[in-house]
Amino acid sequence: MKPSGPETEKTGIAASIYTYAVYLFFYIPILILIVYSFNDATYSVTWKGFTLDWYRVLFQDTNLWIAALHSLILAISASMAAAFFGTLAAISLFRYQFFGKKLVHGLVFILIVTPDIVTGIALLLLFSLFHLPLGFWSLLLAHISFCLPFVVVTVYARMSGLDKNIFEAARDLGARDLTIFGKIIIPLLMPAIIAGWLLSFTLSLDDVMISYFVSGPGFEILPLKIYALARLGVKPELNALCTIIFVITMSFVVIAQRLQRKQP
Amino acid sequence: MKSDAWFRYFAIGSTWFWLGVFSLLAFLLMLLASIMRQDQAHILYLPFTFNNYVLSFSPIYLTIFLRSFYLAGFCTFLCLVLAYPFAFLIARAEKNRREIMMLLLIIPFWTSSLIRSYAMVSLIKTKGIINTLLLTLGIIHQPMQLLYTNTAVMIGLVYNLLPFMILPLYANIERLDMRLVEAARDLGANRLTILKRIIIPLTMPGIVAGCILVLLPAMTLFYIPDLLGGAKSMLLGNLIQYQFLTAHNWPQGAAISMVLTLLMGLMLIAHKLLSHGKDSNEDFV
Repeated sequence: MKPSGPETEKTGIAASIYTYAVYLFFYIPILILIVYSFNDATYSVTWKGFTLDWYRVLFQDTNLWIAALHSLILAISASMAAAFFGTLAAISLFRYQFFGKKLVHGLVFILIVTPDIVTGIALLLLFSLFHLPLGFWSLLLAHISFCLPFVVVTVYARMSGLDKNIFEAARDLGARDLTIFGKIIIPLLMPAIIAGWLLSFTLSLDDVMISYFVSGPGFEILPLKIYALARLGVKPELNALCTIIFVITMSFVVIAQRLQRKQP
Repeated sequence: MKSDAWFRYFAIGSTWFWLGVFSLLAFLLMLLASIMRQDQAHILYLPFTFNNYVLSFSPIYLTIFLRSFYLAGFCTFLCLVLAYPFAFLIARAEKNRREIMMLLLIIPFWTSSLIRSYAMVSLIKTKGIINTLLLTLGIIHQPMQLLYTNTAVMIGLVYNLLPFMILPLYANIERLDMRLVEAARDLGANRLTILKRIIIPLTMPGIVAGCILVLLPAMTLFYIPDLLGGAKSMLLGNLIQYQFLTAHNWPQGAAISMVLTLLMGLMLIAHKLLSHGKDSNEDFV
């Protein structure tokens, strides 16, 4: 498949240039954002020296702290619930036969593809039908439901890779479903569950579209706060805030990726 | 096995609860709301009407719908053209290099697109880096007005959505049986023929999957036109947001969302048909 000659070398160089150009396109805006969060100037484009002032300004903003705390509580609870119920759903879909299984399996994938705005308004309608006031609980339920499919898919993929004979052997030796679940399935699935949990945490912490429709004035969260600030224009404090969140979510994604790569 | 039947029921029950209530019921409610009426006193009331759908295709909405479709379609086209060779390059790279390339691609895939859109604003604003750089280098003599134009919206959309095109394409290209390409070459097919007759048809499910993942968000990510575009860059997402939160016309907003959902359904069916019964869902995650 690899013909040799001067033409290949030329295409090889072109390919490298193209690859680097795409990655630069992805990363330059973010890198500039990070660099400017340390720039000792409010509006200037030129570098005026290193400072941590913008981070200091951030840490003194009480409103921001409250929103950050809200987001953290929301992300932790939503991602843990999503990891729990998502794992149960993946196990049900993999091991059990039940009414509407095909439909449920289909819904998982449709939810992943559905534009966030559609999910957001569908949930808004659901919450208003049940007279659930918009605030922490509506956000929590919404975040669990949009994180869940990602956990299901991650866990299901790992389960498909497991040796089915293990379950049969355990069953032959007299293990009950719950024992098989606790002693065999869960430990083997752990990397995928943690990966799904981390991805859910990231999704929850970053979500704007769905939260926009199901949040109330009583419970402000960070992404919506960032959106409101970003609409007012570029500010060095906002650069600092975005830098912090980007670094946190990026590390979570990297860890999740590592866990998914581990072979069972 | 009877003693742990409760575990089975709990697992199946909770699965049905989450997906049944929070997606199935919620979407059925949206369908219902789209055929209901609205006035000052009631958010939603009966009897049913199809007027919201008729209104969705009235000139004002149709203009926004078409413009939105045009912008999103152009964005999808750009992403496809940029992503296809790139996905190929990743798939053909050696193993260690490929892992790093994938990781660097997955980071923008999962991290906040709001933050990345904001980063783009500071890059292209009138007194931003690009203008300053070009002015200093003497390439331009007056700062370009990029921010608050359709071009800025397009840059923002492609910047945010390109990874969503590359990943499904990569998943397909990686599975491509290279022996077919070799066979075609042995039988005397040239590069263009191989691309047209073998590679593109075989990776069609990936192409459609990528288009779904780019086109629908491109029409609906309302904060991108909001941050980067001007008053004229209202997209479908901004219209739905406006109907729900400003005009308080929920039935109209739901009807427009249903049109969007229908479009998604058609694209998913096309994808399913093209995958020929293989596990077509793998393309999306």
